[in-house]
Amino acid sequence: MSEKYLPLTVTIGVFCILFVAGGLLYPNFFSTLVIGNILGDNAFVIIAAIGTTFVIISGGIDLSVGSMIGFVGVVMANLDAAGWHPLVSAPMMILFGAGFGALVGVIIDFCEIQPFIITLAALFLLRGACFMINLDAVPIRHPFVLEFSDMGISLPGGGWLSSSAIVMLVALAVAIVIAHWTEFGSAVYAVGGDAPSAKLMGVPMRKTTIKIYALGGTYSALGGVVYAFYTSSGYPLAGTGNELQAIAAVVLGGTLLTGGVGFVAGTLFGGMILGLIATLINFNGSLNGAWIMIAGGLLLFIFIVMHRFLVGSFKFRTGS
Amino acid sequence: MNTQTPSPKPEQPATRLPSSGGAPAGRWLALIRHRLVWPLMALALVLIVDALISPGFFNVRIVQGRLFGNVIDIFYRAMPTAMVALGMAVVIGTKGIDLSVGSIIAICGAIIAWRMHQGDSHFVILLMALAAGLACGLWNGFLVSVLEIQPIIATLILMVSGRGIGLMVNLLYGGTNPSFTSPLLQGLSVGSLGLIPTRLIVGAVIFFLLWLLVRRTAFGLFLESVGGNAKSARLAGVNARFVLLSAYLISGFLAATAGVILTADTHTSDPVSVASNIELDAILAVVIGGGSLAGGRIFLDGTIIGVLVIQALTTSILTSGLPPEYNLVVKAVVVLIVLLLQSSNMRAAVVSVLVRRKA
Repeated sequence: MSEKYLPLTVTIGVFCILFVAGGLLYPNFFSTLVIGNILGDNAFVIIAAIGTTFVIISGGIDLSVGSMIGFVGVVMANLDAAGWHPLVSAPMMILFGAGFGALVGVIIDFCEIQPFIITLAALFLLRGACFMINLDAVPIRHPFVLEFSDMGISLPGGGWLSSSAIVMLVALAVAIVIAHWTEFGSAVYAVGGDAPSAKLMGVPMRKTTIKIYALGGTYSALGGVVYAFYTSSGYPLAGTGNELQAIAAVVLGGTLLTGGVGFVAGTLFGGMILGLIATLINFNGSLNGAWIMIAGGLLLFIFIVMHRFLVGSFKFRTGS
Repeated sequence: MNTQTPSPKPEQPATRLPSSGGAPAGRWLALIRHRLVWPLMALALVLIVDALISPGFFNVRIVQGRLFGNVIDIFYRAMPTAMVALGMAVVIGTKGIDLSVGSIIAICGAIIAWRMHQGDSHFVILLMALAAGLACGLWNGFLVSVLEIQPIIATLILMVSGRGIGLMVNLLYGGTNPSFTSPLLQGLSVGSLGLIPTRLIVGAVIFFLLWLLVRRTAFGLFLESVGGNAKSARLAGVNARFVLLSAYLISGFLAATAGVILTADTHTSDPVSVASNIELDAILAVVIGGGSLAGGRIFLDGTIIGVLVIQALTTSILTSGLPPEYNLVVKAVVVLIVLLLQSSNMRAAVVSVLVRRKA
């Protein structure tokens, strides 16, 4: 097995171990119902994390993910109140996400500002915009939202793959194709692996940077749409801290924050591991919610140290 | 892949230019190239707008034996963020970042409330809180310097779990009522010494000590050298591990100071929401102050100006009568403008447009 699949294998292994451990500890845990719920409940974070994966593989970072989720929800709720069909407002918001991300990419490239800082400003801008639009939760009452949440596929064993989860899986499939079978995908890996070499080899840096952040914006806006449908409301504080969850999912999924190494598919398992921990703690019942945070941090620690020693020092990252 | 060009160092301003001997134009040029000009202009702009929209903004009067007024208020409220931002400036100077400062503040607050309930001496509690900050710094520093993990992820671990740890500490004594009163801690936080609020004195003393450390000792030079080029620094005999570790210790300690002030201010421990987004404000302050995330430079004075810009914005939005909801958007827009002005590409583009128009 090639070394580059090692982190992904470990991620999937950890997911399986956690899942089996849950099955041994609690009756009814080992079922498609639990899997379906984890996929459905975490779909919006995983979708956003897929976009973040591209950004991180390119060596950048996107902190505006959570605010984008909140902003998309608030705007969609207000458009709904104004009588718009969700199927019209949703594509519009996804387009907005792409445009906003492209703008962030332009600023990063042209002004040579670190992605961390500019996406931080974007975080403030979008969250502030949420508060300016309204301060309370606004329900989305359109019947389509109810229909959407009733849609889905039943899984063998009593499970249910909700429409959110299906959207997420389709988005993942598209992302895998983009990452591994397009010129742009190779450019992302090249830029993240070694930007000066990529430039010398003729990778169009500006175009690639803009596309990367546009893609990130598109995915976080899609995550926002799914979240708005999932909660059937728009709330200005929605998605707070989701950028961290997204980054954590990407890291747990085996992508290196130094850029150049990682798989989009790993992010799915990274996000599912986070969801699985929350589910396990919920199943226990006696554990405090604080354990979710601590367990998340502990798991991040284990993964990061593991990457550092298993992968970080190996052939394909000799720079450090 | 995107590195900001570092501003010129204060020791070597642009006076090397041939035209800058004594000619007014040269002096002007040297002045606008000084690294503090942009952050100071940003601060001046905010204050001028304040003066225009609310007359009497700069009035300072004495109420109940202490100074009172918007300007004092800006300093007063900026102090905790300033402490965090100074630590952040040191860490960023070593090419690192510390995302865990908010969590450290939460942990310190929880420990203070917990020990208060156990009835420890308040001075011991103060030392415990600061020690907790150092311990957190030690953890971050260990990950970054010994395990050589990228700072942004290394500190992400404590950022993700720290507030959970604070909640667990609250649970140690039931956690139903984490409020407390302490003349010592509240004296440090909300009290005043003569006319001046105590926390400003604490802040000034810490700033001065840190300035001595960074600007007047070899250690300060090591901090910047590790950030500038870790490999060369190591080859030159700098113990890079120890230097990196100390940077995170400093950041943890200063975050703990902010934690004591903030916790004593609210009389309670609230790990979930205390100091939320303070790491972002601190990083912004460092960047507005001219620091680059690429490392190698520590601008303590610029960082303080950066914090004041952010706080002045917040205070002016509150005094101007705009709804507080506008706070974040205005902050984002001002930060964007400052960032764009600091970018040399952007400045060149603006200048070329202006020149073309004149011609």
